[in-house]
Amino acid sequence: MLELSHVHKVYRVGAFGGAKLRAVRDVNLVVEPGEVVSLIGESGSGKSTIGKMVLGLTKPSQGSITFEGKDVTSLRGFGEKKEYYRYVQGVFQDPFSSFNPIFKADRVFELIRSSYFPGVADADWRKKVLDVMDTVRLDPDNVLNKYPHQLSGGQLQRLLIARALLLDIRLLVADEIISMLDASTRIDVLNLLADLKERGLGILFVTHDLSLGNYVSDRSVILHKGAIAEMGPTKRVFDNPLHPYSRHLLSCVPQLHRTWAEVDAELAADPPEDVELPVVAEGDDSAPLVEAEQGHFVGIDQS
Amino acid sequence: MTLRVNDLKVYYQTLRGDVHALDGVSFDLADGEIMGLAGESGCGKTTLGKSLIRLDNRMRHIDGTVELDGEKLPISDDDAMNRYRYHEISLIPQYAMSALNPTRKIGRMINELLKARGVKPATIADELRRRLELVGLDPEVLDRFPIELSGGMKQRVVMVMSTLLDPSLLIADEATSALDVSTQRSVVESMVEFRDRGFIKSMIFVTHDISLVYQMADTVMVMYAGRVAEKAPAATIINDPQHPYTKMLIGALPEVGSTTDEGRLEGIPGTPPGLLNPPTGCRFKARCPIASEECSETPPLVEIEPGHWAACWKTGR
Amino acid sequence: MTNVSGAPGAADSGTAPEPVAERKVSETLHFARRNPKLLIGLSIVLGFLVLGLVGPLFIDHDPNEYVGPQTQSPNGEYWFGTTTFGQDVWAQFVYGVRSTFIIGFLGGGIAFILGTTVGFVAGYKGGIIDEILNMITNVVLVLPALVVLIVAVAYLDVKGLFVQGLFIGLTSWPWAARAVRSQALTLANRDYVDLARLSGRRTWRIITSEMAPNMSSYLVMSFILMFGGAVLIAAGLDFIGLGPSNGVSLGMMLESAMQWSALQLGMWWWFLPPGAGITAIVGSMYILNVGLDEVFNPKLREL
Repeated sequence: MLELSHVHKVYRVGAFGGAKLRAVRDVNLVVEPGEVVSLIGESGSGKSTIGKMVLGLTKPSQGSITFEGKDVTSLRGFGEKKEYYRYVQGVFQDPFSSFNPIFKADRVFELIRSSYFPGVADADWRKKVLDVMDTVRLDPDNVLNKYPHQLSGGQLQRLLIARALLLDIRLLVADEIISMLDASTRIDVLNLLADLKERGLGILFVTHDLSLGNYVSDRSVILHKGAIAEMGPTKRVFDNPLHPYSRHLLSCVPQLHRTWAEVDAELAADPPEDVELPVVAEGDDSAPLVEAEQGHFVGIDQS
Repeated sequence: MTLRVNDLKVYYQTLRGDVHALDGVSFDLADGEIMGLAGESGCGKTTLGKSLIRLDNRMRHIDGTVELDGEKLPISDDDAMNRYRYHEISLIPQYAMSALNPTRKIGRMINELLKARGVKPATIADELRRRLELVGLDPEVLDRFPIELSGGMKQRVVMVMSTLLDPSLLIADEATSALDVSTQRSVVESMVEFRDRGFIKSMIFVTHDISLVYQMADTVMVMYAGRVAEKAPAATIINDPQHPYTKMLIGALPEVGSTTDEGRLEGIPGTPPGLLNPPTGCRFKARCPIASEECSETPPLVEIEPGHWAACWKTGR
Repeated sequence: MTNVSGAPGAADSGTAPEPVAERKVSETLHFARRNPKLLIGLSIVLGFLVLGLVGPLFIDHDPNEYVGPQTQSPNGEYWFGTTTFGQDVWAQFVYGVRSTFIIGFLGGGIAFILGTTVGFVAGYKGGIIDEILNMITNVVLVLPALVVLIVAVAYLDVKGLFVQGLFIGLTSWPWAARAVRSQALTLANRDYVDLARLSGRRTWRIITSEMAPNMSSYLVMSFILMFGGAVLIAAGLDFIGLGPSNGVSLGMMLESAMQWSALQLGMWWWFLPPGAGITAIVGSMYILNVGLDEVFNPKLREL
């Protein structure tokens, strides 16, 4: 459904744009309907840039992004973009900055209505809104007619998901949508994503948190310095990390029932087998992947 | 006993009334203990950390005492507290270095800080270098500007800086939350090493991340709506929590490797109560699945087994 | 801007129950009616406006005509006294207020519209468009505006208020453009602006309905500065004989009072009304601005 092919993003930085910052390097990935793909990476890994490019908020420097066979990067004019957003929507990290503070929170629904459903009668629209509110398990009495600062982060994020569901979306880009939520509400939003997945939605789940990344996702992509380090079915990536960077990350993530010392001891007792990583020549900015086992890829080592 | 906090009440003054941010918090911190202080946003954990070192001008000390090494701290008196700050109690805030002057070199900044606290920099210069090396930094960083360092390096410099005078108590307020996981691990491990070497006697590590606390803390205190819910050794909190809030909180955390296929986890329904007019009785009762009539009385914090404290009518009987 | 706590208006409205399910407009009115700063500022401005509109209708002679005895202090017949030449200061004052408003609205308005348009487009679009607009802004900014005005006005045959206003507007917009651009730059990166794009909104709709309302007090503020600036520039032009040849303005009154040593002669009634008039108009607009900020910003309301 969504396919990124050799996508690069280079920013010009510094005085007169002299220096170059490579945010995304030769990324290839696919999201199928009914599939959650986690983009996992630390700061500077390019994960959010990929999300923004898929949403058409910034253009790739090279490569193509296609959605259902149509090239997203060459959408011309306002009309084509608007059509694209009927099927592809996003939710961002900070729920409080996603709402215009001077308007009531449910205005995000009105924006959708005036752009996409200008002819719908009030009663029908109300039914539609209540319907999506029910899907995201929000009580309309608690959230409608309130200002953003009167609602909690979890409520706001669910409102934004509800907003996307008003459209006939097929792909949702969820950019760090739970990193600013409290532990007790995070899981509800994650479960909601799992519900949407079961309805056939494709989800690109961008996160820095490894334990949250694997909870909902079918496939995981670990990014390092803009390039894919490892990509494969979530279970395989987490049970049998092949790339040294993924192993390092997993040994550092604080786990709930295992201390770092225990994890290190296990690794030392049972060292993972090494796989051959692809190599590129100096100055070559491609980042090839090698299929180490069925559907499980490893990329170049940039450490 | 390093620290003894007894029935501490600190309120925030706002135009609409007092926000009961800390409402009767009591706990002890032993020598050499690293205590993780966990809870959701707005539970009072940051307020507690701040109260022990400096009340800002909206915070008011209502009641309760704080004793450090047997000495009562004048926490409501800003000037009198100056004697203790840095010498006895130190703080690492979340974005410490970002708030510092970018035009000053690190070494000069440290010297100025020492002078301001009445310590001659020369007497401590060797120790400073030794400790920088201990946390894996080249002493050369003293000649660098803050912007030349990465986030992890900055937090390590701040850690060395704030513990130079071997304070009794170090408070780290979300000190590693903004760091990437790999940097986070090394900074946290350096903190534990500082305790092991006796640079700091004990430490309060404020964080929202319970799994991080489990990696490094000896004990964990969980707060809810301005009160202590439960305090116990770290392994007990994770593996055998007693307070319903702690149980649900731990139950809501996905583990590395767990997926929705293996069954869904559940969040805690509802939201924490507002602290402007906090509810009477147990503050968790509105969200608690086992709440009953007795919960309209405030449950006391009792020791249900040695070293394990909980504030719930359903535990310890 | 967000620290205007303790404002009496804000405190009052905090306790007022929030109107449920009412339209946004009536809600803004609800808070506006309870804000003393807004009410005081608005009534002074409106008072002067009415004075400028209606006052001249009750004066049956030309304001510059020598109608009465010379150097009279205020009395029953000549409310504001007369000048050294026997001109009626009250008549000059009401006509002056009228032309002050005209020049303020015209010059300030043109500068404001040009400046905000350029600022918004540059800040929102960014890239090459931003650079071109920025260059034009800087060129106009460094033009010695007064000299250009003098040359231009001197060569034109028509020297009416409107020509003066037009020229003031065309030369003083860069300040507004720069101020608006810097604000627009930060707002353009907010998540809710991205979200509006994802809602299929056109650029001008995003600028007018997402960004502009968030800086409404900023815009009002810059309009006030433009207004005041236009009034002062007009006064300067009037002074060097390039003003409207057959009119009267508060600036001209002040200058001629100075020229004929009203201060030294103790003729306070000559220079006090125009001076106080300019101060009161611009000052009350500033108070109005603070009040508007409290009304538009829901966060300030509840504090």
